[in-house]
Amino acid sequence: MNNRKKPILQVKNLSVDFPIHKQTIKAVQDVSFDLYAGETLCVVGESGSGKSVTARAILQLIVNPGKIMQGELLFESLEGAVDIAQLDKKGKQIRKIRGNEIAMIFQEPMTSLSPVHTIGHQLVEAILLHNDISKAEAKSQAAELLRRVKIPNPEQALNSYSFEFSGGMRQRAMIAMALSCKPKVLIADEPTTALDVTTQAEILDLIAELQKDEEMAVLFITHDMGVVAQIADRVMVMYRGQKIEDGLVQQVLEQPKEAYTKALLNSVLKLETPPMHAKPDAKPKTIIDVKDLKLQFSSGGGLFKKPTLVVKAIDGVNLTINEGERLGIVGESGSGKTTLGRSLLGIYPPNEGVINYTRKTGEIIQIEKANKATLKSIYGEMRMIFQDPHSSLNPRMTIFETIAEPLRANTDMSMAQMRDRVQFLLEKVGMPSEVANRYPHAFSGGQRQRICIARAIALNPRVIIADEPTSALDVSLRHQVLDLMLNLQKEFGIAYIFISHDISVVRYFCDRVAVMEKGKIVEIGDVAQICDAPQHPYTQKLISSVPRPDLKYRKKPLLQTTMAYGDV
Amino acid sequence: MLGFIIKRVLGMIPSLAAISVLAFIVIQLPPGDFVTTLVAQAAEAGDTIDDAKMAVLRQRYGVGDPILVQYFRWIGGILQGDFGYSFEWNQPVSQLVWERMGMTSLMSFITLMFIWAIALPIGIYSAVNKYSFGDYAATLFGFIGMATPNFLLAIVLMYISTIWFGNSVGGLFSPEYVKADWSLAKIWDFAKHIWIPVLVLGTAGTAALIRVMRANLLDELNKPYVEAARAKGLPEVKLILAYPVRVAINPFISTVGWVLPTLISGELIVSTVLNLPTAGPLLLQALKSQDMFLAGAFLLMIGALVLIGTLLSDILLAIIDPRIRLS
Repeated sequence: MNNRKKPILQVKNLSVDFPIHKQTIKAVQDVSFDLYAGETLCVVGESGSGKSVTARAILQLIVNPGKIMQGELLFESLEGAVDIAQLDKKGKQIRKIRGNEIAMIFQEPMTSLSPVHTIGHQLVEAILLHNDISKAEAKSQAAELLRRVKIPNPEQALNSYSFEFSGGMRQRAMIAMALSCKPKVLIADEPTTALDVTTQAEILDLIAELQKDEEMAVLFITHDMGVVAQIADRVMVMYRGQKIEDGLVQQVLEQPKEAYTKALLNSVLKLETPPMHAKPDAKPKTIIDVKDLKLQFSSGGGLFKKPTLVVKAIDGVNLTINEGERLGIVGESGSGKTTLGRSLLGIYPPNEGVINYTRKTGEIIQIEKANKATLKSIYGEMRMIFQDPHSSLNPRMTIFETIAEPLRANTDMSMAQMRDRVQFLLEKVGMPSEVANRYPHAFSGGQRQRICIARAIALNPRVIIADEPTSALDVSLRHQVLDLMLNLQKEFGIAYIFISHDISVVRYFCDRVAVMEKGKIVEIGDVAQICDAPQHPYTQKLISSVPRPDLKYRKKPLLQTTMAYGDV
Repeated sequence: MLGFIIKRVLGMIPSLAAISVLAFIVIQLPPGDFVTTLVAQAAEAGDTIDDAKMAVLRQRYGVGDPILVQYFRWIGGILQGDFGYSFEWNQPVSQLVWERMGMTSLMSFITLMFIWAIALPIGIYSAVNKYSFGDYAATLFGFIGMATPNFLLAIVLMYISTIWFGNSVGGLFSPEYVKADWSLAKIWDFAKHIWIPVLVLGTAGTAALIRVMRANLLDELNKPYVEAARAKGLPEVKLILAYPVRVAINPFISTVGWVLPTLISGELIVSTVLNLPTAGPLLLQALKSQDMFLAGAFLLMIGALVLIGTLLSDILLAIIDPRIRLS
């Protein structure tokens, strides 16, 4: 089926160093691989594994002080074979290859387009750089490209600015730009990581379709094994700058040779097999009862003007949370799930509706009407964990100060008592107690999230609202953090409201799931029922968009052998 | 866009009203009034003015009335285009003010352009070549300019201009052109004089703007859109000018709001030293002698000048940045 023998790009023994201060970070060490026309090679690895640096090296885009130390990047360019590693970073030759023969799309569609130029300007510029045609011709080509990436009203879209587009639309525009000169190689650096699952599915389909039309080689960088299982022909696994193994996707996923690959896959597959979910009590005790909650954000209004734009962030939500349960709230970005989580804490005052909170003592408090003092006392029972453990810890406070802060604010513990309590909490979240005197920068993302959890449980809360607590973590850390949260629940009987866009994490962690769309809960029920037999069309779409790390869900045909390429 | 401009212009009205009140209060703050100055001057000349004559004078100048009455009489006149009468010069204020304010505006504008023309390229160079020799040299130059007192630099430059170039000392024109009509020769003569105050005022302002531009651009240079543009194959110089500089220039333009006031207050000292026919020296004299209407008119017009400068920078921003224009 595929008998081209010569690879279009051969990377041989590539090493990239970053000399920072007096030490040198070896970002890529002696990595070799080939890329053939028409195939998709997925490069997988955790953050810091060197996959992005490898991709940037191919275009000589490594930022200072990074430097290619050795290796060859042999590319079959239109003007014959060149070794990109030997080209001048700012030279004419590499600029002729960039965007023209090898194009790249990036992770952040929000910031990868200039905010002050129209989409059309940026597209036309890319076309004119490498083609000797008139501006009018370039413009009509640009419109055609936008049509190909399925942007509605392409002529009008040419005059739009990136901030007028949604994330998915921006990534489509980026792809249009990358394809503008019909490149032979497309490098995609986590192009769907920042997008919703349904948008991700559309973008992946789009790339596959365009790849087929153009016989393009795609180097796809991702950390998502689900995506790999769906689109890769071949896979290369990287760890700490080194290539661990590579092979056909079915080989790497089903018969990994190396221990690291096995561990990586295990941590992904572990999320696929949920732990035992507790049987709900016959008579569950309700902690939070939300009735017909409505919340609007308005903007554009002035002192005497009616607001022009009203967003119904929460549009009539009914919800109960029972003692000791794990309720998941899923939905795409903008569905109102984060707003709902925060309004439960009284952070946003609702326009309508009631939030009843039943205290430990049995007293019922209406959160939307509660005054500051009452809210403060409730905050001892309801805590929050945030998405980004890098920014949710104060860099100028030691770990002890961070964890002890809620104790200081809400209890009258003595210093010694606080020391004991913090030590106890650190132990509970699996951190050695010596860390108490260090600052957050000394810890990795997973460790920081453990510290955030320790802070959240410091006051023995009854409910923890966790807003995407694992999204910023590498996949190998996710289930560790989730397991920690599960263990803490067993020990302390905490109820979790778990807000996430990641269905696999929700399936692993939650008992019940509420699916939100445009401020409404469209479906709520048992986790198994929602994930395996969704009823509402939106839920069905959401669930089917999630790429599963299992080849049996794959639609794209598998390559049978590397022999097709002519090598063994 | 038109709606935006109208809205900003209407927004200036309350600011101007506030400036007029403040200006009036500032003028009234020191003890005494213009008549006291007259009395003092008469005493110096060995003359005396008796109480009856003082009362007559007070009534004639209207300085004996309650403050509110004085303020509304003043502001009411201005609304009708009458800026009042200068006690000291025995002339309507409007005759004295326009030409001097014109010179001040022109000089401030030229200086602002000079600062931008110097600071923008140096700022870009400093950011792109961060921590290079050129970056340090430009920064050093900028800070020396900022730290050197304006009057000192003015005197040194005046010396150089006279000894080396043989230009007349002080003023904006050589004596033979002061009363002459505008001609090419007069413009050339003007150019030979204006560079001194522009350079003096400019060097004081460039350092801050170099740092502003450098810091803005450093933030933008590592943004993903720059890398994405580079991956398209754009040449480096074109890339930097078209993308990060376009975005980084916004705060630079909005600095007009604070650069203009410093220019105008710096102008006061420089113009006094260089004996320039601008608003500064006359304003200083009017304040000293409590020549109320003259000082008030200057303060009001300088305030208006700053507001207009800010308005222009806002309009410029809206033209350059679609995010401001469209939201």
